[in-house]
Amino acid sequence: KERMGIPAQEMPAQDPAVRVCNMEEVAIGYTENQVRVEALRCLQCKNRPCVQGCPVSIDIPGFIAKAAAGDFASAISILKDSSLLPSICGRVCPQEVQCQLTCTVGKAKKDIDQAVAIGRIERFCADWARENNAEPAMEIAPATGKKVAIVGSGPAGVTAAADVRRAGHEVVMFEALHKAGGVLVYGIPEFRLPKAIVQKELDNLTAMGVDIELDFLVGRTRKIHDLMDVDGFDAVFVGSGAGLPRFMGIPGENLVGVFSANEYLTRSNLMKAYDHENAQTPLFHSKKVAVFGGGNVAMDAARTAKRLGADEVYIVYRRTEEEMPARKEEVHHAKEEGIKFLMLHAPVEIVGDEKGKVAGVKLITCELGEPDASGRRRPVEIQGSEKIYDFDSVVVSIGNSSNPLIKQTTPEIEVNKWGNFIVDEETCQTSMKGVFAGGDIVLGAATVILAMGQGRKAAKAINDYLAAL
Amino acid sequence: MNKILYKKQLSQNVFSMVLEAPLIARERKPGQFIIVQLGGDFGERIPLTIADADAEKGTISLIIQAVGVTTLRLVNLNVGEYVANVLGPLGHPTPIKKYGKVIGVGGGIGVAPLHPVVQALKAIGNEVKIVIGARSKELIVMEKELRVIDPDLTIVTDDGSYGKKALVTEPLKEACETWKPDLAIAMGPPIMMKFCAATTRPFNVHTLVSLNTIMIDGTGMCGGCRVNVGDETKFVCVDGPDFDGHLVDWDNMMLRLGTYRAQEQEADHRCRVGLNK
Ligand SMILES: Cc1cc2nc3c(=O)[nH]c(=O)nc-3n(C[C@H](O)[C@H](O)[C@H](O)COP(=O)(O)OP(=O)(O)OC[C@H]3O[C@@H](n4cnc5c(N)ncnc54)[C@H](O)[C@@H]3O)c2cc1C
Ligand SMILES: Cc1cc2nc3c(=O)[nH]c(=O)nc-3n(C[C@H](O)[C@H](O)[C@H](O)COP(=O)(O)OP(=O)(O)OC[C@H]3O[C@@H](n4cnc5c(N)ncnc54)[C@H](O)[C@@H]3O)c2cc1C
Ligand code: SF4
Ligand code: SF4
Ligand code: FES
Ligand SMILES: [Mg+2]
Repeated sequence: KERMGIPAQEMPAQDPAVRVCNMEEVAIGYTENQVRVEALRCLQCKNRPCVQGCPVSIDIPGFIAKAAAGDFASAISILKDSSLLPSICGRVCPQEVQCQLTCTVGKAKKDIDQAVAIGRIERFCADWARENNAEPAMEIAPATGKKVAIVGSGPAGVTAAADVRRAGHEVVMFEALHKAGGVLVYGIPEFRLPKAIVQKELDNLTAMGVDIELDFLVGRTRKIHDLMDVDGFDAVFVGSGAGLPRFMGIPGENLVGVFSANEYLTRSNLMKAYDHENAQTPLFHSKKVAVFGGGNVAMDAARTAKRLGADEVYIVYRRTEEEMPARKEEVHHAKEEGIKFLMLHAPVEIVGDEKGKVAGVKLITCELGEPDASGRRRPVEIQGSEKIYDFDSVVVSIGNSSNPLIKQTTPEIEVNKWGNFIVDEETCQTSMKGVFAGGDIVLGAATVILAMGQGRKAAKAINDYLAAL
Repeated sequence: MNKILYKKQLSQNVFSMVLEAPLIARERKPGQFIIVQLGGDFGERIPLTIADADAEKGTISLIIQAVGVTTLRLVNLNVGEYVANVLGPLGHPTPIKKYGKVIGVGGGIGVAPLHPVVQALKAIGNEVKIVIGARSKELIVMEKELRVIDPDLTIVTDDGSYGKKALVTEPLKEACETWKPDLAIAMGPPIMMKFCAATTRPFNVHTLVSLNTIMIDGTGMCGGCRVNVGDETKFVCVDGPDFDGHLVDWDNMMLRLGTYRAQEQEADHRCRVGLNK
């Protein structure tokens, strides 16, 4: 077919040398012309393998056909049928292991980079709708008199709130921080996901009548029991995320200059500390930074460090690039920006100077052994290969565990050995009546689209539950 | 938004403030704290101890020492104005139990958070002795309130301008020798708490301290507030703020408190110039 001959459209991006000096979005987005050309590359496969790769089963050929025809209004309405946040997922989904992994075009060309750029087309349609005020109106059913509390304002909470509100229930969303949005606001940097986009989604929620209560820590300010027994909430959805940074337990981890990625990124994103002139939150001035980890969080921390003025930034990862869980595009962008990759190295100690500050990192070389439980080949340390490298700061990005606060204050909620809430697969209901949960608090640190998917599932179950009350 | 209902200057840098915060006032227990952010995109988040609260009126009171940009901005707000963001109550309450004899030691504005704790301990029948100290007379706060709890309250100042010229560790040591407390509670600057813990250690007097590490979220999310306690890393905001003073790695904690000193001093300077002071 001639469609196979259409070249894949490159995503326009800021020049690496320029963008490491600003916080603006790296990927600028397709032009209208480009998006229509890229959309034409889709073969409209009858068996729709891409749809199976998408965790929320977006009608991908459907919206792409509309985009190819330049009918972006119809495209966005198809997208919004399955996903509440296409402008966000189009940007941050790991498409190369989801929808684009199974795309026929990529398969035929034996190159994942040749797959139809589903995420980029999705992003364009969503941006177009936002910029042209053409988002499909959300219809809200007549008031039911039922009240639902949403704990946490990340993608799981936002999705659940919207879907429950649409059914006519009163919805109050509680967020611990002084800004809503969860990881989308405090974790993922501006240069990858502009905060104005997240804010627009939150404004949409407010416009639907969802009440967002900031500075409210469920478990401390009020407990779930108080919300249900005293404040009259009929159901609760917990989307409290996985905000508890893990450390490695190696010597030197509490030296001055060692940060969790959460702290590092929160200072920069949530507190806007990168804006040195205006921000009141200080930032550590690093010259040579080691980032431990190989996921999106590590890439974000490394690229942030670069933008904050570090001369040299290294990603230190125990395995090889092949096993790195980060989005491919982020690894590519990181390399373009001069981030160095120290593969097959594991930290064994952080070395301090006489002032208690980081002076170096002792790393041990690894080789890949047999596959482990995750299916990835396990790094095996080579004894005697330790070496000390000079660094003045370390950012630990080896993952997050779930925050135990709600569990501690609501013992009826059952959790697994990692502290994740145990829920029914179909309904996301926890072991406590009327309490549902989804997102990272259930899945462990996962993805935006999976959090959204669970928020939607839970909302449906909550609406059913309330209808039967 | 939390309205400022009352503000009073206690000494050159120390202010007392009462805020409207009904939910926090209802839930809070002695030993807990809040996180304040003064609004807008650029404000930082800082922790402050809840010095007192009135659940009926829905208010909390704070004692604030203006030491840098954010505390200065806060104490420059006036009655009738609002503190944009107040999160709390955070941390574990201080365990209020029957210990027997308790000695409370407060240094500087550490006296303020000590007050609700010793008050609660006394109320359930503990014998309470109090020692408070400061650099000089005008920095002694809440003497009257504490005298209600311990009429024989000991006051020391570094310069001898009020009470005895001594450090708080001197009367603390004396008490360990003669009065033999079952528990000591120390609240104040880290260096004072460190030496209080060193003073009680030879007497085997269990010593609770309330740590004040650098915090951002106060919910366990950032790990910035972590300290070594015994062989473990603890997050002060969610595991504390009270810990066994004999197990705290004080030197590391104090170094960590200085992580941003250079930037803070520069910012403080800019801010004071801006305020035309
Ligand atoms: C730096 C970083 C980069 C990432 N990059 C990507 C990416 O590129 N692609 C991708 O798909 N995923 C990415 N992820 C993962 C993704 O962001 C998460 O999986 C997703 O945000 C989880 O959503 P959630 O709604 O479950 O929770 P969160 O987004 O974590 O939101 C939870 C919210 O609940 C609040 N909260 C917690 N406890 C309470 C309480 N007791 N009371 C009130 N509020 C509470 C928190 O403050 C927070 O705002 C990244 C994560 C990080 C940290
Ligand atoms: C649990 C807890 C309770 C506290 N209670 C009180 C109180 O009741 N009254 C009071 O006056 N102060 C209290 N503090 C200390 C107060 O938070 C700091 O003085 C304040 O953050 C300084 O901010 P700044 O911008 O005014 O000064 P800066 O010049 O920015 O900082 C001065 C010093 O304060 C410390 N500090 C800076 N930022 C923070 C931060 N985000 N969190 C904690 N410490 C920081 C650092 O050691 C720094 O060198 C408490 C601290 C903690 C952790
Ligand atoms: S939501 Fe994510 S996985 Fe689904 S189509 Fe969009 S980019 Fe692909
Ligand atoms: S698999 Fe690829 S080519 Fe086929 S419909 Fe999906 S996006 Fe289009
Ligand atoms: S202040 Fe962030 S974890 Fe304690
Ligand atoms: Mg400050």
